[in-house]
Amino acid sequence: MPTYQLTVNGVSRTVDVSEDTPLLWVLRDHLDMVGTKYGCGIAQCGACTIHLDGEAVRSCSLTAAMAEGKSITTIEGLSEDGTHPVQLAWEEVDVPQCGYCQAGQIMTASAFLETNPNPSEAEIKQAMHGNICRCASYTRIYRAVALAASKK
Amino acid sequence: MSSSTPTLAFSRRAFMRTSSLAGGGLLIGFNLFTACKPKVQPPVDLAALDYNDFNAFIKIAENGAVTIFSPNPEVGQGVKTSMPMIIAEELDVSWDKVLVAQGILDTNNYTRQVAGGSQSIRFGWEALRQTGATARQMLVNAAAARWGVAPSECTTSEGVVTNAAGESLGYGELVNDAAALEVPENVTLKEVRDFKIIGKDTRNVDIKKIVTGERLFGLDYKAEGMVHACVLRPPAFGQKLESFDDTEARAVAGVSDVLQFGDKIAVLASDTWSAMKGQKALKAKWVEDTRLETTEDHDKILLGLLDGKKFETLRSDGNIQKAFAQADKVLERTYESPFLPHNCLEPMNFYAHVTEDKIHLVGPIQTPERTAKQIAEELERDFEDIHLEMTRIGGGFGRRLYGDFALEAALVSNLAKKPVKVIYTREDDMTAGIYRPAIKYRIRAAVRDGKVTGYHLKEAAINSNMYGLIPNFFPAGAIENYQVDVANYQSNITTGAWRAPYTNFLAYAEQSFFDELAEMMDVDRVQLRLDLLQNVKGTTDERIQYSPERMELVIKAAVEKSGWGTQPEGVYQGFVNYYCHNSHVAEVADVVIENGQPVVKKVTCVVDCGIVVNPLGARNQAEGGVIDGIGHAMYGDFAFRDGVPEAQNFDKYRLIRMKEVPEVEVHFLQNELSPTGLGEPTLPPAGGAIANAFKAATGKRLYKQPFTKYPELLRVPDQEIIG
Repeated sequence: MPTYQLTVNGVSRTVDVSEDTPLLWVLRDHLDMVGTKYGCGIAQCGACTIHLDGEAVRSCSLTAAMAEGKSITTIEGLSEDGTHPVQLAWEEVDVPQCGYCQAGQIMTASAFLETNPNPSEAEIKQAMHGNICRCASYTRIYRAVALAASKK
Repeated sequence: MSSSTPTLAFSRRAFMRTSSLAGGGLLIGFNLFTACKPKVQPPVDLAALDYNDFNAFIKIAENGAVTIFSPNPEVGQGVKTSMPMIIAEELDVSWDKVLVAQGILDTNNYTRQVAGGSQSIRFGWEALRQTGATARQMLVNAAAARWGVAPSECTTSEGVVTNAAGESLGYGELVNDAAALEVPENVTLKEVRDFKIIGKDTRNVDIKKIVTGERLFGLDYKAEGMVHACVLRPPAFGQKLESFDDTEARAVAGVSDVLQFGDKIAVLASDTWSAMKGQKALKAKWVEDTRLETTEDHDKILLGLLDGKKFETLRSDGNIQKAFAQADKVLERTYESPFLPHNCLEPMNFYAHVTEDKIHLVGPIQTPERTAKQIAEELERDFEDIHLEMTRIGGGFGRRLYGDFALEAALVSNLAKKPVKVIYTREDDMTAGIYRPAIKYRIRAAVRDGKVTGYHLKEAAINSNMYGLIPNFFPAGAIENYQVDVANYQSNITTGAWRAPYTNFLAYAEQSFFDELAEMMDVDRVQLRLDLLQNVKGTTDERIQYSPERMELVIKAAVEKSGWGTQPEGVYQGFVNYYCHNSHVAEVADVVIENGQPVVKKVTCVVDCGIVVNPLGARNQAEGGVIDGIGHAMYGDFAFRDGVPEAQNFDKYRLIRMKEVPEVEVHFLQNELSPTGLGEPTLPPAGGAIANAFKAATGKRLYKQPFTKYPELLRVPDQEIIG
């Protein structure tokens, strides 16, 4: 099996996986970083969202080869101690119900706020529209993104 | 009496046990809900157990640290926070000093370890308070003995006992004395007004772990030597396995084994992706075993049942035939709903390691005891062989009441002689469902001299009908001649509970009907409901468990909070009130017309669920319930063709998303009544509230869910997915 050199949360990692293995499963099964979630496998739900060179992407639909030479950030590496403004906002608003989708929501929101630090309501809703929350904690997700923006 | 909250008998026998910890400290065991259990098992010998064997306990260490084990599965309803809050309140410790841990399945020390029916807090309330209060009293008794004063002269606050002379001792200093004391028989519970933790906004105890991506869920679980398994199941309901060729599957790198069990084939691999690839590479031949069914056929069959005469009568008051014969006006309408999958975002999965000594099970399950018993039975093992650990659950909605996926894991592990985690792909999860059954209602009302004199509700459902007290919900008791008739068609498509079973659609049907009935009678929509509730006051019918007084209060509060009837021009409102899961709810939806289309802008939701243990969590549940209700009423559609679900993933199955979500304003009525359900009750009214508001806005009534079946009314925007 081919070997890939990945930079995950600032650390260089070597993985030995079949070439079609989605980055999601490289992270979860081969690197044992389970914060990134599986929801649909076809880039429709957003649970597997990570940052690739700072951009929010669906890790279920990328391979290791596509991530080589780029900087991968997962929920585990968004901050050292859970103090990224978006994580703090999520805590303050107490967003989660079951919590399963929230890592993906946070990764989408944090990448979005980097590109648009002062978003309008419509812009926040547009940015978060691709992430499903089956418990429908949407009103709190919205408030947490707006709160994080206000504190940045 | 209908207006009283249910009183749950509480037995102290075998309820409380204590033990010293080997390393110092006190363990207080609580056997929750003993009253619900026919026979209480004799306690195990506590002294012989070491600390690791305990889970059903409050643990107080010598340094005063308090750990509370939460007994019930945490499915997103917040009980891992709210159940320990209730214990901590009566124990009288400060919440920020409490650590919470998830209890395991432990039938000796807990009963009703179930997440279902919105009943964890309702059933747990009394027992959890008694547990905390008993522990507190023992610590007080220990302090009093040390000081040589009467316990009644001591007070507690934030984990410290103080006497009349002003001396004080921390709980940690008292635990070893307390462990040697008799368990007190009678303890005093706090007055509601003295609550310091209950009623305070309290964050989810797992919040930090969730926002930092820690290992929490079943899918995250890992064990030494574990293999991953994906299971190929018959693609159509009604098919069985004839033969299969696993040559290509076995050739997939990472695949270690292929095992058949019944009509299913498991592919075992070193990692999830290899198992998924192996599953896809299997070549199976399926043959028709029973009829392959199609949604259009179901529609005809269910309408045929409604037209027919083969019903079971669940409640009958007065004489509806006479009421309809003597009516001035009659209204009859039919309401139709599809099957619904649960689509928990964490797909079904479970870990099992079956060995000769024991069966180790780990995963997300709403019914750990029933599942463990089922697995013991299937594998012909003793129940005592099973050790079941509950992980945090990535959504349940009823799907995880069924242990089919855990049983699969146990069967595969038993065959493979290895620790196995069975993982459903999204397609597996959506197509091997235990769905909300498709249901149709026909409602008929008789009106004479401006009064509703007759009401006839008929239900035709796939597989099974409404149960329990549902036939006695409003308007039962309010209309003199009243009848509920049910019929079903037995399908090979598996069906079961889906968040707020039956009422999730019945509430919409009935509350849409009342809206139309008020219109036909030319009376105020809200006044019609209030007038009918008058007839229920003072009822002696014990089947009527909704309270007309409490319902009246939520209705009046909703009128006030939503500005019902005084809304600005261009805002169209829909009104609904409903009772289920022992709670009373009223909702008002505000709809406006944007670009020629009705859009839900806001929902005002008023809830009476008694004392609200954790308002922060409760608002989350209530808001989520409203939005979930709107989402499925608007978009949830699940059809079958020749036994095969037409939607298999989120590209075809539409769930509500951020831009479709209205503002939700939740109000809880303040009272001192025992808590009732909250995980479900705000969902059922939502569909009716928006349907009634759409009618006000457009003049069109919606009789079918999802509302996307009315494309002329509702724009279906392109899914704007960020890929």
